[in-house]
Amino acid sequence: MQIFPCPFCGPRNETEFHFAGELGKVRPATAEKIAAPDWATYLYAQRNEKGLVHEVWMHLTCSELFVMERDSVTMQVLDTRSLREDAQ
Amino acid sequence: MTSHRTSRVALIDRLQPLRFSFDGKEYQGYKGDTLASALLANGVRVMGRSFKYHRPRGPWGAWVDDPNAIMTVTLNGRTFPNCPATTTPLVEGMQARAVNAWPSAAFDIKSGLDVFHRWLSAGFYYKTFMWPNWHLFEPMIRKMAGLGDISRDVLKGYSADQVFDHCQVLVIGGGAAGLAAARAAAEAGKGVVLVDDHPVLGGGLHQMPEIEGIAPADWIAEQASAITSAGGRILTATTAFGVYDHGLVGLAENGPFGTAPRLHRMRAERIVLATGALDRPITFTGNDRPGVMSVDGACEYLARYGVLVGRRIALVSNNSLADAAEVMLKEAGAQLIRLNPHDGPLQALGGKQTKGISQGSQHHAVDTILASGGMTPLVHLWRHAGGKLDWCEIRQALLPGTAPDGMVAVGAVNGAFDLDVSLSEARTAGAGKTPGVSPTSYGLAALWPDPGSKGRQWIDFQHDVTLKDVELAARENYVSVEHLKRYTTLGMASDQGKTSNMAGLAAMAAVQGRPLPEVGTTTFRPPFVPVPLEMYHGHHGKQLWHPLKRLALEPQHRAAEAALGEYGGWLRPGWYGRGKAKNLIHQEVLTARTSAGIFDASPLGKIEVLGPDAEAFVNFIYYNTISTLKPGHIRYGFMLTEGGSVMDDGVIARLDQNRFVISCSSSHVDSVRTHLEAWRQDGNDPDRIFIHDLTQHWATITVAGPKARDILAALALDVDLPAQEFPHMTLRETRFDDTPLRIARVSFTGDLSYELSIRRTKAPALWDAVVKAGVALEAAPIGIEALSILRAEKGYIMVGKDTDGETMPHDLGFGIPRLKKPVAFIGDRSLHSDKANASNRKALVGLAVPTGDTLLPTGAHLVEDTPPRSLGYVTSSYDSPTLGHPIALGLVENGAARIGETVSVWHLGDIRKATICAPCAFDPEGERLNA
Ligand SMILES: [Zn+2]
Repeated sequence: MQIFPCPFCGPRNETEFHFAGELGKVRPATAEKIAAPDWATYLYAQRNEKGLVHEVWMHLTCSELFVMERDSVTMQVLDTRSLREDAQ
Repeated sequence: MTSHRTSRVALIDRLQPLRFSFDGKEYQGYKGDTLASALLANGVRVMGRSFKYHRPRGPWGAWVDDPNAIMTVTLNGRTFPNCPATTTPLVEGMQARAVNAWPSAAFDIKSGLDVFHRWLSAGFYYKTFMWPNWHLFEPMIRKMAGLGDISRDVLKGYSADQVFDHCQVLVIGGGAAGLAAARAAAEAGKGVVLVDDHPVLGGGLHQMPEIEGIAPADWIAEQASAITSAGGRILTATTAFGVYDHGLVGLAENGPFGTAPRLHRMRAERIVLATGALDRPITFTGNDRPGVMSVDGACEYLARYGVLVGRRIALVSNNSLADAAEVMLKEAGAQLIRLNPHDGPLQALGGKQTKGISQGSQHHAVDTILASGGMTPLVHLWRHAGGKLDWCEIRQALLPGTAPDGMVAVGAVNGAFDLDVSLSEARTAGAGKTPGVSPTSYGLAALWPDPGSKGRQWIDFQHDVTLKDVELAARENYVSVEHLKRYTTLGMASDQGKTSNMAGLAAMAAVQGRPLPEVGTTTFRPPFVPVPLEMYHGHHGKQLWHPLKRLALEPQHRAAEAALGEYGGWLRPGWYGRGKAKNLIHQEVLTARTSAGIFDASPLGKIEVLGPDAEAFVNFIYYNTISTLKPGHIRYGFMLTEGGSVMDDGVIARLDQNRFVISCSSSHVDSVRTHLEAWRQDGNDPDRIFIHDLTQHWATITVAGPKARDILAALALDVDLPAQEFPHMTLRETRFDDTPLRIARVSFTGDLSYELSIRRTKAPALWDAVVKAGVALEAAPIGIEALSILRAEKGYIMVGKDTDGETMPHDLGFGIPRLKKPVAFIGDRSLHSDKANASNRKALVGLAVPTGDTLLPTGAHLVEDTPPRSLGYVTSSYDSPTLGHPIALGLVENGAARIGETVSVWHLGDIRKATICAPCAFDPEGERLNA
C-alpha cells in the first residue's frame, strides 16, 4: 500500500486515489476530421515508462485532480502539485 | 518408546502437563511445547506424508523452516487444517491428525504411490494436461491434490482484528541482534517496535551457555526491560510476513490457538532486519527419511523444549557451526559421530525410522542424522522491499547487498554468524548508522547437489522434487529458475522453498555448469509464512465494508411494511406489504396503471452544474445537444465514454441560464460526479464551472399514473397543473410547507408522472401528504420491482442491464446527434469508427413469446441455427400484469432489421422460440403521457 500526498489533503493511502491518465495527453479537436489511428492512439496508447513518470491522479475523497511525479520502478513519489498549478 | 525429554533447563513449564492425541493415540506434553516438540519427546518421528508420493516424513526443522509435519488439529469441536506442527503451540485436549495420510502418518494406504514414482516425475501435470486428454486424469488428480480438508462449517467468531500503526524503527527478529538493535534505537530516543515470531524472545540464544558473561535468559530479560523502559514496544508471537511499498509491513500477531491472528499494518520509517539464518539440507540418498533433521533444529528442540531428538546421532556438516552443536548434544547425553560430507556419497538407511548412515563402505548404526550444508540467511523481507542480493563466496550464500530505502540488515541474516560481530552490527544499526563489512570466523567447504549421482536424493521434501527431477527439467530445457519452479513444483510447498530453493538453484547451476549466482533466484513474495485469508479482510464485511445509503423516508417505508433490499448501494423498498412478492408487485403495477404509484426516487442523481461555462460544459459532456434547452425545460440524454459506449442515461433540467441539474441513474451518481469533475478540471476553466452533488441532500417522490394530476391538485400547490400550462419535459419551482419544491414532468412509466424534489428533512411531510391525497383515488406506494416492470413495458432501458460495454446510443434508437450535432462531445469520434458503423451491431429490441409461453430467462441467448452461434441475449424479462403476457428486452445483432423475425432462444440446453419486436410493448403512441 503506497502513500500519496494529495496537494490539498496531505498523505493518504493509495486506495483513496484513482489514476486519471498520463500527463500531457491532449484531446484531439474532434470538430475537425481525425484519422482513426490518431484517435486510437489518444484512446489507448500509453507511454508506460520505466522510471520517472508524470501522471494525473484524482484524490477521490476531495475530487481534486493533481499531477504526480513518481518513479515507476522504486515507487518513490517525487512531487505532487495541483493540476492548475501545473498548467501555469 | 521411552521419553526423549531431558532435564535441561528449557522454556517449557514442567508443572503444567498437557494431554493431546495424534492420529488417535494419546500423548502428554508440557505447556510451552509445540505439537512437534511434544511428539518428538514421546519418540514419535513420522508426522506426515509427502504430497506426491506419500512418503513418510518427520520434522526437518524446529520452526518455520519445516515442510513435513503438517496437521489438521481439532480443539473444542473446531477443526483447523494445515497447522505446521513445528509452530503450533500445544494446548490441552488437542486432537491432531497428519494431513495427506490415511488412516495415519505411520500407515498410509496411498504410500503405494511411491512405487509409481517413475510415472510421476517432473512435469507430470503438464504432460498430463497435453496427452492424451486431461479429463481422463482430472478426477484422480483432483482427489490426490491439495493438503488438508477444509471444514464445511463457517467458523463463528473467527475474525481478525486489524490495527493501523506506525513507528520510527521497526526491528524484525528478537534474537541477539534484534534485541541489541532495538535497545540501541530505543535508548537513542526512537519510537521502537520489536517483533518476534516465537512466543519467547531470544532466537538461537537459548542454545548458548552464556552471553556477555551472563545466562542467556537473564541477558534477554535485561534487553527487553531496557527496550520497554525506553518506551519501546515488543510484540512476541508476531510474524512480519510481508514488506510492501512505502515502509508498510504486515504483522500477524498470533493469539491463542484457534483464534484469527491480529493484523497490524505497520508503517515504519526505518526497518532493522534481524531475521537470522537457517540450516540448509544436504542432498544425499534417502535424505527425506524421518530422523534426518537440521543441526540447528535439533539444537532448538533441546534448548527450547528440553527434547533430545536422538540418542545415537550422526552429525553431518560442512561448516564450523557444528562444533558448538556437538558439545551441546553430547552434554545432553547423546552418542555422536561426526561425518564429513566430502568424504564420500552418503546414504540414509532404514524405512520409517532411521537405522543408520553409510558413506562409501562405512556403515554407522544411528537413530538420527543431523545435517547442515551451510547457513542460508532469511532474506525474504529484504527482497520484498526490493533489496538486492550479493553472492558471498566465503559463506556460500546470498547475502543482503544494495539496501532498499530505509532498511538495514544485521546479524545472521547479514552473514554475521559470530555473536560479537552480530551484536556490534546491531548496535551500530540501532544507533541509526549503517554497519560496514564485518569479519567472520565462519567457514565452510562448498557442498551442493551432485548431478548424475545415484539414488533418490530429495530437494523439496513436501512436493517430492528430487535431484533427478531437476536434471530432467534441465534436459527438457526448463532452465530458467522460474520455469524450473513451475515445472517441477520445487519451492511451491507450504514452506515456499525455505529448505529447498538453494539446493534447487545449486542443482540447476551444476547441471548447466554455470556459477550459482548466475542462475539467479525465484521471486520472494509475501507472505513469509502462510496466514489465514480471514486476517486480510478482518471485520470488513457487509455493512462495515460497503455501508448502505439510507433513505430519509426509511421509517415511512418500514411503517408501510416495505420489503427493503439493496439496490445500487441504497436500502430501498422492493415492494410493500406481506404475502407473495410476485402478487404484491403485480398489484403495484396495476395500481400505477389504473390510478397512480407513489415511488421514493430519492437515490436518483441530483448533480448541479453551475457557472458561466456550464452550458458549454454540459453540451460537451452529453451526447445530445443541451445548449438549445430553455430554462424550465428538461431533456433526456446519454453520457458516453470516450470510447463511445453508453455510460449513463437520464434527464437534465435547466433551472436558469447558468444552472443545470443532472438526474443520472441512482447507481451511477458517484461515477458520473467523478467523470464531471475530471473533465471540469482537465480541459476547462474550473473557475467558470462548478459541480455540486445534492443527491443525498434532496429527496424525490414520484407520482406516476392516470390520477397523478388529481393527487397533485389535492396538495394545493401554487402551480398550474393542466397539460397545456405544465407540459411534459418541463419543470416548475414552487413551495411546499414553506420550503422550495421542484416539480419535474418526466416519466419512466409512460404514464403522466411528476417528480417532486425537496430538502431531505421535509421529505416525510411531503410523503405523508402525497400518500394521504392518494388514498381516496386508490393510489398507493410502489417499490422498485414494480417500477422495473413498468419501464420495461414501455421499452425504457436501464443502463448496465439493457446495455453492455459496447452499446452506443444509435444501438438504442438514438442516432441523430451522432449525425447532426455540430460541436465536439465526449465519445464523438468513436461513434464513427469502423466498429460503430458495422452493420451487425447489437441493437435493443423487444421479444415476444408465443401465446401461452412462460417468460424468457434473462441472459438466455438468441441463436442462429447454422452455423450455431449467438446473435445476442435477453437483458430484461418480466411477466407484464398490464398486458397479461410475458415481455422481454434484448440486444441482438442488426436488431432493427430483424423486427418480425422468429428466432431460437437457447438457455441451459433448452431451445424455445421468440419473435423480435419493437422494444415498446405498451401504449406505443404515447397517448397516456398526458392522461
Ligand atoms: Zn485530497
